[in-house]
Amino acid sequence: MSIRDRVFSIIAEQAMLEVSDVTGESTLESLGIDSLGLVESIFAIEEEFDLTIPFNANAPDGSDFDISKVDTIVAGIEHLIAAKS
Amino acid sequence: MRRVVITGAGAINALGQSAAATMEAMREGKCGIGPLEFRDVERLSIQIGGQVKGFEADGIFNRQQMTLYDRFTQFTLCAAQEAVAQSGLEFTGSLSARSGVVLGTAGGGVSTWDDNYRSVYEDGKNRVHPFVVPKLMNNAACSHVSMQHNLKGPSFTVSTACASSNHAMSQAFSMIRTGMADVMITGGSESMLCFGGVKAWEGLRVMSKDACRPFSANRNGMVQGEGAGIFVFEDMEHAKARGAEILCEVAGFAMSSDAADIVMPSKQGAARAISGALIDAGIDRSEVGYINAHGTGTAANDKTECAAVADVFGPHADDLMISSTKSMHGHLIGGTGAVELLACIMAVRDGTIAPTIGYEEADPECALDVVPNVAREKSVDVALSNAFAFGGLNAVLALRKFN
Repeated sequence: MSIRDRVFSIIAEQAMLEVSDVTGESTLESLGIDSLGLVESIFAIEEEFDLTIPFNANAPDGSDFDISKVDTIVAGIEHLIAAKS
Repeated sequence: MRRVVITGAGAINALGQSAAATMEAMREGKCGIGPLEFRDVERLSIQIGGQVKGFEADGIFNRQQMTLYDRFTQFTLCAAQEAVAQSGLEFTGSLSARSGVVLGTAGGGVSTWDDNYRSVYEDGKNRVHPFVVPKLMNNAACSHVSMQHNLKGPSFTVSTACASSNHAMSQAFSMIRTGMADVMITGGSESMLCFGGVKAWEGLRVMSKDACRPFSANRNGMVQGEGAGIFVFEDMEHAKARGAEILCEVAGFAMSSDAADIVMPSKQGAARAISGALIDAGIDRSEVGYINAHGTGTAANDKTECAAVADVFGPHADDLMISSTKSMHGHLIGGTGAVELLACIMAVRDGTIAPTIGYEEADPECALDVVPNVAREKSVDVALSNAFAFGGLNAVLALRKFN
């Protein structure tokens, strides 16, 4: 599975939706993921890819990791994976 | 109903190892937050806290006691000793039977859990010390205070996360007020600053890596502290009859539940607890000069708390002072309301208002007088202490100057 597919699957599971309901343009909010769900999604992504994502719930817009929509999350993870290798 | 006063105070935390030292540090706006020192700290992403340093429990307690006293119990016993000594009370005969202990803690013996899990899981041992259970239980501190001071009345421990101490002190207060007891030892303690304790908090992504800056626009989370605050609550007539020095009056309290979210605070729940405490104490909102805020330094708490205060106090919200001493001693979780009560006592007794340190940038969502960075001298008749816990459980106490 590609990075993109794996992220879609994690987010769909968190949102309790089918993967087909998630699009790159979806915001987490539009998928019904609240602040707790967001922290849990980030944890699940970190576990899946063995990464550390710089995210502080007090300043969600303040970190380099852009969580504004699913596409930016995928891009952020691809960037972190590239930086790691 | 009987009136209740405070006749003794004791404390230990990152700012000092007595109530007087803590209040002096608050007056000076000192910061007790610094690098954490314990095993495996390098594996944490959060490496700062309000840790108690230079506390040598081995010199205070004997070997047998050390096997039974987790660090949260050690803190409690030291603070209780100080508070009882200041009150001048000796608990014998009928007074002993009419006096009890109600304490708050969120985690109890966290480092005992941590040490022994490490021993069995990481080190692979198959045997633990026989006193692990009596050492880690949440009521251990309460029980040891009752044993050490011969307190035979109603005694128990309250656990409501960050509001534990305020809930505990509320119960102690109402027991004296309604005549169930004449004297209560009350407050709370916490000691979660160990690898497992901080690691668990890290997971929630609400901790700051650099500083606790309540109400400041650039705040980026909470910082944990540890320690204890213990008080002697006493029936006012009992205290007067023996000529005790009275620090202040406990005028009232209220509790509420948000019934909404397990971590996000609610303005309505907080406002109901604040206004409830005023009604319970028979205090007009215009009399309130100081509020010791819950003020955790998280984005969510501080703006919600300020909105609740604005709702309850209306135009008077702009005249009162509100500060968060967590900026100095960190968030003592279940013990926090107890250490913060010292700032309220200092306000009504001495007319000194503890500052919110680390304040760098005004936040329009926290547009109140947060006593930024420097303490202020101003006479105050009534002070409130706010505590709003995870789980949406709130408890607010009202203190009044004693004349």
